[in-house]
Amino acid sequence: MNHFPEAWGRPRDDVYGAYNSTYLQTSGPKAHTTSPAVTGTSVLGVKFKGGVVLATDNLASYGSLARFTDVKRLRVFGGKAVVGFGGDVSDMQYIDRLLESIDIRENYSSHGNMLNAKNLHTYLAKVFYKRRSEFNPLWNHILVAGFDADDQPFLSSADLLGTTFSSPHLATGFGAHLAVPILRRKFPDERGIETISREEAIEALKECLKVLFYRDARSLDKYSIAVITQEGIDLREDEQIEGQSWAFAETIRGYGSQTS
Amino acid sequence: MTSLMGHPSGQTVGYSFSQPTAAPVKEHSFYPYTDNGGSTLGITGSDFAILAGDTRSTSGYSINSRMVPKVFKIGGDDETGKGAHILLSVVGFAADGNALKERLDAVVKMYKYQHGKSMSVTACAQRLSTILYGKRFFPYYVHVILAGLDEEGKGALYSYDPVGSYEREECRAAGAASSLIMPFLDNQVKFKNQYVPGSGEGHALQPKKAEPLPRETVEQLVRDAFTSAVERHIEVGDNLQMMIITRDGIEEIFHPLKKD
Amino acid sequence: MPGFDFSNYNRNAALHARGVPLPKATSTGTTIVGCIYDNGVVIAADTRATSGPIVADKNCEKLHYISPKIWCAGAGTAADTEFTTALISSNVELHSLSTGRDPRVITCMTMLKQHLFRYQGHIGAYLVVAGADPTGVSLFTVHAHGSTDKLPYVTMGSGSLAAMSVFETMWRPNLDREGAVALCSEAIKAGIFNDLGSGSNVDVCVISKDKPTELLRNYMRPNERGHKERNYRFPKGTTAWLNQKIISKEDMKNYVTIENLSGSDELATGEKMEVDS
Repeated sequence: MNHFPEAWGRPRDDVYGAYNSTYLQTSGPKAHTTSPAVTGTSVLGVKFKGGVVLATDNLASYGSLARFTDVKRLRVFGGKAVVGFGGDVSDMQYIDRLLESIDIRENYSSHGNMLNAKNLHTYLAKVFYKRRSEFNPLWNHILVAGFDADDQPFLSSADLLGTTFSSPHLATGFGAHLAVPILRRKFPDERGIETISREEAIEALKECLKVLFYRDARSLDKYSIAVITQEGIDLREDEQIEGQSWAFAETIRGYGSQTS
Repeated sequence: MTSLMGHPSGQTVGYSFSQPTAAPVKEHSFYPYTDNGGSTLGITGSDFAILAGDTRSTSGYSINSRMVPKVFKIGGDDETGKGAHILLSVVGFAADGNALKERLDAVVKMYKYQHGKSMSVTACAQRLSTILYGKRFFPYYVHVILAGLDEEGKGALYSYDPVGSYEREECRAAGAASSLIMPFLDNQVKFKNQYVPGSGEGHALQPKKAEPLPRETVEQLVRDAFTSAVERHIEVGDNLQMMIITRDGIEEIFHPLKKD
Repeated sequence: MPGFDFSNYNRNAALHARGVPLPKATSTGTTIVGCIYDNGVVIAADTRATSGPIVADKNCEKLHYISPKIWCAGAGTAADTEFTTALISSNVELHSLSTGRDPRVITCMTMLKQHLFRYQGHIGAYLVVAGADPTGVSLFTVHAHGSTDKLPYVTMGSGSLAAMSVFETMWRPNLDREGAVALCSEAIKAGIFNDLGSGSNVDVCVISKDKPTELLRNYMRPNERGHKERNYRFPKGTTAWLNQKIISKEDMKNYVTIENLSGSDELATGEKMEVDS
């Protein structure tokens, strides 16, 4: 210990080697997130008669490393809406703080929190669009689920560029390639959401999560699922993918002439 | 003995404070635009104007949603756009398109509140150009078409480039399949390359004179243009949205298109 | 000089650096699949060929013949899949003639992977190889760089994920012929409707141990062309012209030589081509 408090607790060069401070970058252009670091993969969502289901797995990857295996990527807002996050986890936590402060502010107002899922989606899309316009994006792709002003089930997506779109079934990331075809096959547009039951919707998402676990190398068999209805939100955060089938693997022998 | 930044040098133990923190200039790898595909077109008649667009939203080789309208009512009294007398179609980067649409909508509404009368289509067209040019060095990545009825009740159509250059026209196609649709429109609406049989020899042959077409014909041309574009452009499909503005108001019609 | 000549590679790299774009090839941004069943194997493909975002061919054939009981589905660069399969088909036939035995799928697959590996991925052929031979039924994928895989069900191309989502939810062991055909066509349809690089119709090929191969061209046509509402026939004389010249049948002789052939023994002969002796 010495009399320079700035040095207290700092690693000494002779012990740890010189500190690499290049990341501090005091000159040159201001650096923003140019690529995500710790990331979450797909978010899945589907509308049914009287509500919406949303699901994500509980993994946060660091590149190809499965870094955190217990990360909750569904966030309940105001008891009526749920946001599912894909992409950068630190940006997700920043948005989480934004939502927290809005919720508190709204609840201190005389009318209480009246923001529905549609309002929330509009707000988040604008945050994303503003940040992309400042070249300082929030590296996420999200789904927002809940109800609109007419109490109709609401499901919509927003991404780091501020692009938004809505559909009876949506998925981000790898899910857009693997899960959406499954959901479109199970629930074709002609069917209409009025014919889809809560149980059917949940089963479909579980099936999608299973296929994603089979084929998405950045996914996990532990997941969270939220069912949003007028009665409230049923959020389960420690679920396990069930009914996997790896039996076919027993029959596979090599990649060519191998037979045993 | 320890050393800190700015302290006399010559010590044995270092704490890395004097490390140069200037890093090599990094390039921004974030690209703030994307292309959401789709195509739009507009045609005018003597007492109406039609704006149409497909409802597919794409990113890369994926379909985001099969139902994302590209034609909007501008300056309506409420969320449904009731009472509007101007139409806008946007194609290109959907987030920019949405931001532009909302800005123009706000401008037209403010005009009505401040002046106690509706904004004319001519004025709105000029204002839209100014808005686009306002972002000359970070443009809205969109090709927009504005439609309405002019002071004489005739169909008016204005088309723009992304930075605000505009022109009043009888017909215009924009977006992914514009290069497929525009020559068809030139031939079928403006009768380009069509001559009156037997009206003369060589250079004396009379070109077929373009007259405003009846509404029924125009609607057929719009549908035929899109059923053809769908055949040959992968980003066009799903549904056709048509908005027809007449002195009686705005009519919106949807038609199914191929979904492959 | 022994070995490869890479001078053209250097020339192309230099041209590319100066801004000369590479020629754009027709790509079969594709969905192709294959699936083994109890008595054979089924492969299937969509029929869309694209050049960038433009549909180049609405009903192309992506199922290629190798030998009567070995067929190949191709994704990637259209010309590469076409020529690679044609070349290997020839070599497989010569090999079969030379050995006096029916060709084997493993032979074909090995020839393909060795050919593709030699070209280090520059031949953009992504293939699903399937067939029946004396050793049984086989199904392989071959990537452009030369790697291969052997699985009970496979997908490839830009629609591979959409198609795989079908296999991962609906595949079960010991399928019969009908089950495999239905599963493969469902997988192709998932590609057609969810992947923009795939579209139009479903082609299926069924290869079984004991029956002749069936090529079910356009097994499904879920995307019929919409009808046009207006008539686009122009009245005669609509197109302008500056002058005309009418050539009568008699005057034709001034432009071409006409020879009438009668019997089969009488062959038309042109001038003899000059060749080095």
